Amino acid sequence: MTRVLAPLVFAFACALRAAFAATAPDEMLADPALEARARALGKELRCLVCQNQSIDDSDAPLARDLRRIVRERLASGASEAEIKRFLVERYGEFVLLEPPFAPATWLLWAGPFLVAAAGAGLVLGFLRRRAAGAEEPAELDPEERRVLATLIAGESSERAP
Amino acid sequence: MIAELGHFALVLAFAVALLQGTLPLRGAARRDATLLAVAGPAALVQLLLISLAFGALVHLYVVSDFSVANVAANSHQSKPLVYRITGVWGNHEGSLLLWVWILALFGAAVAAFGRDLPVIFRARVLAVQALIGAGFLAFVLFTSNPFERLDPAPFEGRGLNPILQDPGLALHPPMLYLGYVGFSTTFSFAVAGLLEGRIDPSWARWLRPWTLAAWIALTAGIALGSYWAYYELGWGGFWFWDPVENASFMPWLAGTALLHSAIVVEKRDTLKSWTILLGILTFALSLLGTFLVRSGVLTSVHAFASDPARGVFILLLLAIAVGGALALYAWRAPALQGGGSFAPVSREGALLLNNLLLASATATVFLGTLYPLALEVVGGPKISVGPPYFHATFVPLILPLLAVLPIGAVLAWKRADLLDALRRLWGALALAAGAGVLVLVATDLRAGLACLGYAMGVWVIAGAIADPLTRAALGGGGPARFWRRLASLPRASWAVALAHAGLGVLVIGVTAVSTAQSERILALKPGQTAEIAGYEVRFEGVREVRGPNWIAQRGTFTVARDGRFVTELFSDKRFYLVEQRQTTEAGIHATLSGDLYFVLGDPLPEGAWTVRLYHNPLAGWIWGGAAVMALGGLLSLSDRRLRVGAPKPARASAALVAR
Amino acid sequence: MSERTERPRGLARGWLYLLPVLLFAAVGVVLALGLERDARTLPSVLVDKPAPAFALPPLPGRDDRGFSRADLGGAVMLVNVFASWCVPCRIEHPVLEQLAREGVVVHAINYKDDPRDALSFLRTLGDPFTRVGVDREGRAAIDWGVYGVPETFVVDREGRIRYRHVGPLQPRDLERTIRPLLARLAP
Repeated sequence: MTRVLAPLVFAFACALRAAFAATAPDEMLADPALEARARALGKELRCLVCQNQSIDDSDAPLARDLRRIVRERLASGASEAEIKRFLVERYGEFVLLEPPFAPATWLLWAGPFLVAAAGAGLVLGFLRRRAAGAEEPAELDPEERRVLATLIAGESSERAP
Repeated sequence: MIAELGHFALVLAFAVALLQGTLPLRGAARRDATLLAVAGPAALVQLLLISLAFGALVHLYVVSDFSVANVAANSHQSKPLVYRITGVWGNHEGSLLLWVWILALFGAAVAAFGRDLPVIFRARVLAVQALIGAGFLAFVLFTSNPFERLDPAPFEGRGLNPILQDPGLALHPPMLYLGYVGFSTTFSFAVAGLLEGRIDPSWARWLRPWTLAAWIALTAGIALGSYWAYYELGWGGFWFWDPVENASFMPWLAGTALLHSAIVVEKRDTLKSWTILLGILTFALSLLGTFLVRSGVLTSVHAFASDPARGVFILLLLAIAVGGALALYAWRAPALQGGGSFAPVSREGALLLNNLLLASATATVFLGTLYPLALEVVGGPKISVGPPYFHATFVPLILPLLAVLPIGAVLAWKRADLLDALRRLWGALALAAGAGVLVLVATDLRAGLACLGYAMGVWVIAGAIADPLTRAALGGGGPARFWRRLASLPRASWAVALAHAGLGVLVIGVTAVSTAQSERILALKPGQTAEIAGYEVRFEGVREVRGPNWIAQRGTFTVARDGRFVTELFSDKRFYLVEQRQTTEAGIHATLSGDLYFVLGDPLPEGAWTVRLYHNPLAGWIWGGAAVMALGGLLSLSDRRLRVGAPKPARASAALVAR
Repeated sequence: MSERTERPRGLARGWLYLLPVLLFAAVGVVLALGLERDARTLPSVLVDKPAPAFALPPLPGRDDRGFSRADLGGAVMLVNVFASWCVPCRIEHPVLEQLAREGVVVHAINYKDDPRDALSFLRTLGDPFTRVGVDREGRAAIDWGVYGVPETFVVDREGRIRYRHVGPLQPRDLERTIRPLLARLAP
């Protein structure tokens, strides 16, 4: 029963995505350039309570706290990378909506382009076969002829008895 | 009583589905006409029975029969009638029943309209369709029975998540399911084709209307969902790359690829094994989406109350259906030979490139959605894959697709002349370049990606329009002959132009909203004004209003431009009494050039309110573009030439059976 | 040249048709294993790392001098993050009391709470805590990587965090994880 309750409490904390964009006027920095950086950074950080929102979108209290921290640190001269490191030390890489390029994510980042490249290879092979004249079947090379011969021999010997 | 009737109808439907899934296959193997003849009537009876069950559930919701657990958990007497009805599919059990009903609907449609299909082939298609149906009916009956009784019955229901009490729920899920589940037909056609061992142009021709119908519905369903999120979620976002959104996007991408590769099979009798694979994968991705949404394996804001037991069941269905189909594919597909040869620069070549890029894009979305899960399963760290990843990987794959689309559409079959194609498109090319330069100048050279986006959008639209125009101009003659030729172009070519132009419109809308949105977050007191995107906004204040089952604080805004009144907008903060939850209703003034989008936030000290003002330039183009794409699909569907299947093979097979 | 490339391709093409079903099987295994894990719980990155530095003021009205990093280490301890407004905290409270009765040192971070409410929470339900630090702004909790209340940490003699439990501690958790861990850390 209580096991069911726990996630419920989390769910209520962010009340689905129902609520509106969360950054509020009283949180915002006076310097527009700095505030713009804070907004941009906020969109790259995941709200941990609501799972699939950035802290910029979420009106969960924890997201609000994290937005404050982002702004305080930016105002005191910290860089985006330093702020990300600060949060990763506490919440892990889960907090980053853009996964870093690391051994664990090499496949993730390279995957789309590997798939495209492999696909391109297949397409090129297909085109070459097509262009080389699909009309007449390709000639067998000596190795294939040998394999074919043994297969035929094997089959006939199977039938023999 | 009604609940038991509905339950009983479902049990009967399950039995019918089992018969429909087995007897015709046996009939096909033995060339037994009696067994083959079972398929059609069984499909109709199955639809009838599931309709009965669905009708029963709707009735239970309408009369608020809280002795039924599903109704008690998801409805409330104070809800307006329309939301009591749409609430039927606002939960796992009810929406699954809708899923199964649509599956049966497509099965029955194949039975009713597929008269041109060869008897054996049609029987196999219907059998495969019924086997999927039997699996999902078992899922409904054994894990998710919507007719379960509650004893004692509560006096009142628990209500429905207020976000779902919206016209969006009435339209979005049924439309989405028509698309999702509609792709079951491509799956059934692919498997039936593999069972026959013969895939030819007429197979692709039979497949086409069903793929197209599902694609149209899915296009509309995704667009509706995106629009619903746009106006309901309160900050003007239209796509979040959320796992559940991705789950609907993957079948769309694969289905779009299928639509294009099937043309090659139809016209040139080649690319068969790839098209079959796409037919299987498109529906596999639909099933994967169903699994992701209902199993709780990924966290998403859209997920249903999830239950691992359900996850196991769907995974099992997925493994049997898709695993079985792919195993059959590995066995039978290598024997599919075919096809005329063609040069790389040709319509076939272009469609192949289209498929390569769309398949890679599908793989990207797939990877981004499931990678965190896979990493965790192999013991890696827990990571997030959010919008920045998709922007960095998906966009570079789609841009080349847009770049080659207009060219590919005008290339000749077999062997084409690239220079000639470009000559026909020089106008479109000039327009696109002009648009790009214009954007660069207008933004002081700051908008690199935006300029590319607009140029691509214009290029695709102009290219789509240029194709029929140049074709009509071909052969010379006066304007009268030009118009006559234009009017006599086949409907299908207009459909292609429309669908492609819609994509261009969508690209422009997405580019504009993503790069040129204005936003102001302010604390305003009643009577104060603010300025956004050239509009003067006066905050008139907040008053309390009451709805049927909610109380709201309604903010009123008056909008003027150059001193002239434009519109009055209202934004509500609603509190739903039964569910004890709050929602926000944005005030939206939608025009062709962009949306004003105002949201009332929290009250602040001294009578001020947090107010969020957005201007989303060309936002309507996103959904307008999707609507034009869907219209293009409808137009194509209405082309008689494509619907009239090849009747001769049908007669031939009938003769074979008679023998 | 073409003779050399033709044959391997012929072989590879057979495999190509098997590839979809093989890939699908791999995806299926991932999904099946994925069903077993709890998608919502976020593992703590602080496990096996020293507890963060913090110094929190005491709860007014409680005989205490606050809770800081210096109080950790020396013995195996539990650190519980709670709030009076948090319903699951009430559910887990008896479990914490049980542990305290058995002599386990349990400290607490009172998260974003009105001190008066927190005090009456402890007066009504019992006070199992050795030290209570008041974290009104929730900043110390963020240093601990807390993303919801309640959370409970196990800290070893060296002051390192060894385990983090998210959500209410239940008797079952006590038997399955907490007690074995305590026994291992303080034999």
